[in-house]
Amino acid sequence: MDELPIASGDDVVRVRQHVRQVAAASGLSLVDQTKLVTAASELARNALVHGGGGVARIESASPANGRTGVRITFSDSGPGIPNIELALTDGWTSGDGLGLGLSGARRLVDEFELTSAPGAGTSVVVAKWSR
Amino acid sequence: METHSDLQRMAAYLREQADELLKRWADLVLTGSRGLTSADDVRRELDDLLHLVLRSMTDADELAGGELRAALAELSRSRARSGYSPSETALAVFALKDAVHEFVADAAELVPEFLAFSRMIDDLGLHTFETYAAAREEIIADQAEAMLELSTPVVRLWDGIIAVPLIGTLDSARTQLVMEKLLDALLATGADHAVIDVTGVPTVDTEVAQHLLKTVMAARLLGAECTICGIRPQIAHTIVSLGIEFGDITTKATLADALAYALSRAGLKIGPV
Amino acid sequence: MDRVPILKIGQVLFVSIQIDLQDDSVVQLQEDLADQLAATSARGVIIDITAVEVVDSFIGRMLAMTGSISRLFDAETVLVGMRPAVAITLTELGLSLKGVRTALNAEKGLQLLGGTGDG
Repeated sequence: MDELPIASGDDVVRVRQHVRQVAAASGLSLVDQTKLVTAASELARNALVHGGGGVARIESASPANGRTGVRITFSDSGPGIPNIELALTDGWTSGDGLGLGLSGARRLVDEFELTSAPGAGTSVVVAKWSR
Repeated sequence: METHSDLQRMAAYLREQADELLKRWADLVLTGSRGLTSADDVRRELDDLLHLVLRSMTDADELAGGELRAALAELSRSRARSGYSPSETALAVFALKDAVHEFVADAAELVPEFLAFSRMIDDLGLHTFETYAAAREEIIADQAEAMLELSTPVVRLWDGIIAVPLIGTLDSARTQLVMEKLLDALLATGADHAVIDVTGVPTVDTEVAQHLLKTVMAARLLGAECTICGIRPQIAHTIVSLGIEFGDITTKATLADALAYALSRAGLKIGPV
Repeated sequence: MDRVPILKIGQVLFVSIQIDLQDDSVVQLQEDLADQLAATSARGVIIDITAVEVVDSFIGRMLAMTGSISRLFDAETVLVGMRPAVAITLTELGLSLKGVRTALNAEKGLQLLGGTGDG
């Protein structure tokens, strides 16, 4: 498991690059790698911009049935998300991608778990598996 | 543990007659088989297995047991690929029980030991069956994937114009593949127009329409325009009543119409010689 | 922070994004393009993203905005060379980048703009 700080724009780039490396090594297809790195970029930026900075924990993982993949946890101790349901509303049809980019990131990954509460920070765990 | 000491005693008893036991087991297995494997190969397989069985009954640790299950799983998988039925493979395992039973038939004092042994064999037989089923599932999944690939061709209609005739339902998995193949083809051919033919798609409902829209969106990001054709009169009614709108995507009835349209956009037309 | 160089060839501004850009650099690029468009008589912008492996919603929106910005200076922007994996991901995100035109490569992008306009 690798832990990367998210305290600046450069850190977001570093997270992207690291996730790309781990994803490639975990046997994900090129399109799946791109989707995961893009989701990671969204979530890292969120942690920076809305969470006042945070941390990304990246690890290769294997769930059951022989697939391999990557799991990433983004956590920040920012103000938290007041209305989680609203933030996760599927914005595909509106197509302008406004808001926290959470619903978009969710569509790009296989597993998505969000924990947040006002004043308690935010934690997002995502995972993508090989087919 | 009771069972373990029972198994140890049984193992000790069987070891004394290992050779005859192996011979009897092999005979039972070969009688029941269709001769897909040579007799010598079968005897060798069973010899290895018998060693592992006896070791797993004697050893205190799980190592031999793990090796045994792995060996059975491998046997099951290769049998699955060679065309054996799942019963044949499991029966080969159960045949060991029959062979041992013949040997201990007269030894009444070995009943508890035999029961423990019997349960162990049952468990192994089931394990074999499960591994077989899993292996077949994998083969089916691979074949499904291959079929998916085959049913998504991309053809070049003319310079700069490619066509993607879709055959079968357009679900999200299929859409992914179509998008990938279409975009790769755009890159490879440098085409700026793609015709998506949905004649072979049985129903066009809201979900399918969304998938089509996604595909067009992706192609546009690579600078290509798309035309959808092949909307049959029967489904036209459904599409309109569902409120599906293709927006600024041109739709045509036939591939010929779509080709003519694509050509006109390229400043070309087909005429007599 | 890395600044993306802008080349002027004829009446077209060329931008080739070669590295993994962080947000500030993208915003800077937008500002630099606006400056150049205002200062020169460029009537077109080509942004080549052939080397870009990831375009997320922020970067996507910024790129789409350059289209709108260039139109304020009566210039057209064409985004060229998007990778298939990136296009598929953007589509999944629901970003159609409506504000900017797209082409397969720089050559086709120039055709869209009507050549470099030296004639």
